[in-house]
Amino acid sequence: MIIARILGTVVSTQKDSRLVGKKLLIVRPLNLDGSDASGFTVAVDTVGAGFNERVLVVAGSSARLAEGMKDAPIDAAIVGVIDTIDADES
Amino acid sequence: MQLGRVIGTVVATMKNQSLEGRKLLIIQSLDARLEPQGNPLVALDSVGAGRGELIFWCRGKEASFPFRREDTPTDCTVIAIVDSPAHVNNAYGEGK
Repeated sequence: MIIARILGTVVSTQKDSRLVGKKLLIVRPLNLDGSDASGFTVAVDTVGAGFNERVLVVAGSSARLAEGMKDAPIDAAIVGVIDTIDADES
Repeated sequence: MQLGRVIGTVVATMKNQSLEGRKLLIIQSLDARLEPQGNPLVALDSVGAGRGELIFWCRGKEASFPFRREDTPTDCTVIAIVDSPAHVNNAYGEGK
């Protein structure tokens, strides 16, 4: 899982039927110190995360194991909203 | 599977239901010389690993196998604790 920040939303009308009703969010990976890392990903929200929140993003086929995502064609899912991070500098 | 070290913890109250009660660890992947490689990741704990410990971890869908594999969304899980760095023998000689 990676730590990421929610940057915005994506609206798509014409999409796979298994994505209907799912919230699509744009996330940016973060470094441990909270600074932005590079790249963007579109991830499906499964927990009701909001704008600018730090979240946990699962990538790959494991994303399908998130609640309500069975057989959905996704490779990134938001599975948690982070309260605190406590880490040594690496 | 990769070697790594637990360098911290993450607290997330609002999370996928199947992650309830699971410990979230921040791990730093290590190379054969036990030097950091790549960015730190958040991993689910399956063995009771603690901060500072040398571990190895598994990526991909297989990371959900220690748990209820059909509904545990994780792509990174700590699956074992290395007894001591001295047990890491490699092409560069003894581990540190």
